[in-house]
This record gives sequence, structure tokens and C-alpha cells, in this order.
Amino acid sequence: MTWLNANWPQVIELSGDHLALSVPAILISILIAVPIGRLAHRRPKIGTPLLSAATLMYAIPALPLLIIIPVVFGIPLRSPATMIVALSVYGVALLVRTAADAFGSVDARVREAAVAVGHSPRSVFWRVDLPLAIPVLLSGIRVVTVSTVSLVTIGALIGVPSLGTLLTDGFQRGIEAEVATGVIVTIILALILDVLLLAAGRAAAPWTRTPRAKAVAA
Amino acid sequence: MIEFESVSKTYPGPTAAVSEFSLTVPSHRTVVLVGSSGSGKSTLLRMVNRMVDPTGGRVLIDDEDVRDRDPVALRRSIGYVLQNGGLMPHWTVLDNVATVPVLTGTPKRQARLAAKELLERVGLDPAMGRRYPGQLSGGQQQRVGVARALATDPNILLMDEPFGAVDPIMRRELQEELLRLQTELHKTILFVTHDIDEAFLLGDEVVVLREGGQIAQRGTPAEILAAPADDFVRGFTGVDRAERTLSTMEVDGRTIAVDGTGRPVGVFAP
Amino acid sequence: MSLFLDALSWLGDGANWTGPDGVPTRVLQHLAITAAVVGISAAVALPAGVLIGHSRRGAGVVGALTGAARAIPTLGLLTMLGLALGIGLLAPMLALVVLAIPSVLAGAYAGVQAVDPATTGAAKAIGMSSRQVVFRVELPLASPVIIGGLRAATLQVVATATLAAYTADFGLGRYLFTGLKSREYAEMLAGALLVAVLALLLELALATAQRQAAVRLAAPGRNPSQRTPDTREKEPA
Repeated sequence: MTWLNANWPQVIELSGDHLALSVPAILISILIAVPIGRLAHRRPKIGTPLLSAATLMYAIPALPLLIIIPVVFGIPLRSPATMIVALSVYGVALLVRTAADAFGSVDARVREAAVAVGHSPRSVFWRVDLPLAIPVLLSGIRVVTVSTVSLVTIGALIGVPSLGTLLTDGFQRGIEAEVATGVIVTIILALILDVLLLAAGRAAAPWTRTPRAKAVAA
Repeated sequence: MIEFESVSKTYPGPTAAVSEFSLTVPSHRTVVLVGSSGSGKSTLLRMVNRMVDPTGGRVLIDDEDVRDRDPVALRRSIGYVLQNGGLMPHWTVLDNVATVPVLTGTPKRQARLAAKELLERVGLDPAMGRRYPGQLSGGQQQRVGVARALATDPNILLMDEPFGAVDPIMRRELQEELLRLQTELHKTILFVTHDIDEAFLLGDEVVVLREGGQIAQRGTPAEILAAPADDFVRGFTGVDRAERTLSTMEVDGRTIAVDGTGRPVGVFAP
Repeated sequence: MSLFLDALSWLGDGANWTGPDGVPTRVLQHLAITAAVVGISAAVALPAGVLIGHSRRGAGVVGALTGAARAIPTLGLLTMLGLALGIGLLAPMLALVVLAIPSVLAGAYAGVQAVDPATTGAAKAIGMSSRQVVFRVELPLASPVIIGGLRAATLQVVATATLAAYTADFGLGRYLFTGLKSREYAEMLAGALLVAVLALLLELALATAQRQAAVRLAAPGRNPSQRTPDTREKEPA
């Protein structure tokens, strides 16, 4: 506690850095993974190999990936961009399968009914497929969010500041309170984002809130 | 008026789903296609709104080939009621009913207002409009499905085993409701079922199908009961079954009807 | 791209393949720590997961545990344990076990729990003891999902074991950290490639094992192409 009392401005600043790395990476993951998942669901011939390839990216260890990315993209090693790209790679790897499952979870009869009453293909996607995929999609996004927030700490090893800085700095200087603060604040940050997502999901999918209430007589 | 002109549908495989089927569904009448699974009845129905395109022949609505129509616009112009309602689980009942008007550009408020009236029309409390389909019983969902089909006041209603998934008592209620609606609305209804009793109850004309969309017999319920064309129709309609072979009996000066097993089933009005 | 060539030439240099800091030694160390960690995690989590799945109770516990474990940064656990236990293998081993347990547990639980209750009911009805139901019915049927959990855990551990070198002179991670410190990026990249290749080889081997289990144990005579649920948890590192 004394350590935190003396250093809280730094903790706040690093939390900001932490969010500035994780939030863009999470958004990029969603923007890339959802179309791939949709493709995999609609055209398994193209999509299934794509899914396997994306999932395999998950097998690349993080530290090596942080070193390979600057080489491939020509960006500096110790830059936030490197971190965001790496986090997005894992985010996509983690999310594509869930995204495909999310579209698979949409009842084919509902989709067909939508076509039958006269939705255009675009309208079917935006107004039927996508909203109905939200509950499953959201479970995947929550996993990606928590994982990303926790993974950002690795950036400290290559010198990108985040709450992970407290871990490496505290370890090298032997300050247990600093390391503990880094761990706890990282977890709190992940939990806050998770709760926000859960609330957003509830708001976006009101039909899932009261499943099958007892019907009154017609 | 809907016309099938020797339509066929073949899928990859040995047997055709439908071959050389011709039928005219006159305007403002209810025609019921009845048959067991594999008779191609749903395939035929789905040709009308181009959910299925025939591989041979053509389907005409008021003398116009449906193939010349844009499928999306065509579907919006036809009411369609599916088994299990086919409602969008993520929309309120009101928004479900208002689907097609909203799709075709009616302002949301106006469409919802009209939807409320439609709910009443199909026998539902308009307050139910705020609920989601998952909160309704099967029979209520089916009524919402009918309301949705009526929302644009289409000339044609396609009904694909709409009451197949509800319990017998509810089914009976829904059938009566449909008969009542039809006396007010005079739609051209093409109705598909595997239940011969439902077909006889609802159909101005009944078409009994055998495998592959072959017409075994068509006619009014009375005509089919009076003169089943062959053993297939006799078997399918159960004309030979004890409960359909009625005879009369005099008891205490009243004439009562008795079925084939001798069980009294009704009284003739004096 | 020239860095890739440098990394390849580093790998091609015979001097890097001998001695206590040579590639074979490092690879073996890396495999050893991976095997040890997965072994310990399995010893702890498999019986627990199977028991929970068998009783069909405690689903909430598994969910909360895997969710919470996902939020703990592995680097944080490693540095905390490193400070508490000192430099050496114990801290990274413990941190990796904590990382691996949720995947193994979730796989075992999900696999057993997914067995059709009608099947286990029938097994009981024809006179199998609880023990026999577990070993003769639930375990074979759940084996693809259980192996899926082990596969996910192995993948995480083999990747994250690179971090062990942060507190101990052990495994392939050593190339990454010495390279990082001395700005020997070719050595770093070479180490990275070695880990990636190792991870991919293990992934392929375990994926094959999972398919075999599906074909031979869970559903003999059925189409093997059916997908088993993904029990992957937590972050890579």
C-alpha cells in the first residue's frame, strides 16, 4: 500500500497506456475475425482452411512474434504498433472460430423465413444474421478482451510501456508490492472491460434476457 | 390466380421431387395441397414465391411468370406463413408483424400502429406486441405469423403446414380463426398440410398428392369423400375407416348418426 | 528480410549446435519443462475435471476458474513467484502449471459432461458400477475433448515456456532474452523460429492424436471429420 501511495500517478499513466494498446487491438481483431468467420460459415470450402490457418497463428509464441512482426512490417521493435499488431494476430486467432460458430448458431429456419418474407440478402445479413449472432459472438469477444488485456504485459519485455512495466521493473528492483500492483491492476482492468461488454451485450440482445416466460392465454 | 404449368423440379439424384405438375388456384379461394412427406407439396408451394425455382415448366401469378419478377419484391408481395411461425427471435412481436411494411419503406411508427390492429384482427391482445416471440406460446406465435403475412394486405397467402407444430386443441382454434378471417378477407390461399382432416376443413378445393407431386385426385372435400378416385385416395382420406363410414339409426323418433363400429357420433337436426 | 537470412545463417552455424548453450540442449530443456508442466497439470486437473463432469455439478466453478485464470497475466505470476521463490526453475514451473490447469480442467469437464446422459444411464442400468461407467463409458467417449484440452495446454506451455528464461537459464527462451539484451536480433529471431517450429510440430502431433481418439475410442465406425469442441483457454505468451 505504501508503494501504491507513493506511485499512483505512474500506475494511472501505465493503465492508460495499457488501454491504449489493448482497445485498438481488440477492435481490429473483431473487424478482421467477424468477416472471416462469416466467410467460413457461408463457404466452408474457402473458410475452413482459413480458419485452421488463423487458429494456427495462436501457436506462435508471443515473444518471438513480437520480434518477427517488426521484421515483416518494417516497424520499430519497441513501438506500440508492434504490440498492437501482435495482439491483433492473437485476437483474430482466438475469435475466428467463435465468429464462425456464432453465424452457425443462427437458426437456419429463421434465416429462411426472413428470405421468404422478402428480406434482401444484405438485409438478411445486417438485420437477421448479425444481430442473432451477437450472443455467441460476444462470448468470444469477452475471451479475446480478457486475454488481450492480460497479454499486453508481455510488451514490457521489449520495452513498450504498460502495466507490464510494473512487473519487469518490480522484478528487477525486487519490489514485491510493485509486481503485485501490476498483476492486480491488470486483472481489475480486464474485469472492468468484461463487465462493460456484458452490459453492452445485454443491451444489444434484449430478446435473450427473458427466455420463454410463461405465456398468457391468447 | 396462381397457375402451375407442368412444372418439374429435379434435384441431383435418381427421383424427381415434382414432375409435370399443373394446377390452377382460382382467386379468392383456398386450395389445399395434401400429401405425406415426399409428395413435393412444400416444394410446389415454395415455387410460388421463388424460394424454389422449377427446373421445367412455369408458375404464373395473374398471368405473369414469377421468373420475370425480382424474387425479393415478389416475396414481399405475398403473405407467407411457416410452420413454427418463422418469427425473428430478436424482434418484438410488433416489429415482426411490421417487417415487410418497414422493408418496403413505410415509416416505423405507422407500421407499428398498423401492426397493433393486425394483432387484434388475429385474436391477440395488442399489449402483447412488446414481447419477444420466445415469450409466447406456440399458438400465439402462429397467430403472429399470420398477422405478419397479412401486414401488406397481399392478395396471396402461402401457408406451409402453419399449424403442424401446435397441440390439437390450439390447432382447432387456429383453423377456425383462419376460416373466420377468410370470410372477411377473401385471399387467394395456397395451403399445404399432411393432415387430411385439416385439408377437408379449410379447403374450397383439395388436391391429394402422391409421391413426386403426382395428383391423385382433386375436387371439393365432398367430391373426394363421395367418390375417391382410387385405393390410394381411399387409404389416404380414410374413407374406408370405421369413423368415416356413417349410417343412420332411429332412436325414440330422432335420427342419429352411427359410425362403422356402431358408436353414435351425432344427431341429425330435426 | 535480411534479418531472416541472418537468423537462418545463425541456425546454420555449427558452433550454435554444440555445448551447454547449443540448440539440441536448449530444445531438449524446452521439451522437458513442457512435458513436466503438462504432466503435473494433468495429474491435478484430469481427475478433478472428470469427477466434476461425472457428477454434473460444479460447472460454475469450472467456468469461474477458467475465466479468472485467463485474466491473470502470466508474466505477473512469473515475476511474483520469482521474487518469492528466487531465481530457478520452481517459479516458472509453478506459473506454467497455473497457466495449463484451466485448459486441462475445462477439457476433462466438458468432455465427460457432454456424454449423453442416456448412455451413462443405460450403462448403470445394465449393472456397471460408477467406476466402470467412468472408465469404460465416459472416458472413451470424452477422450477427443480431453485430448483437446491437453493439446491447448501443451501449446500454451510450449509457447510460454520461453518466459521461463526470464528467471532461469533454461530452454529456448534464453536465445530471446540474451539476444534482446545484446541486440543480437539474428539470434533472437532464430530462437523465435525454433519455438514456433516446435509449437507447430507438437500441435500437429496432438491434433493427430485427437483425431485418432475420435475415430478409435469415441466413435468407432463413424465419420472422423466431426469437429470436437475447442477448449482453448487463456493467452499465449
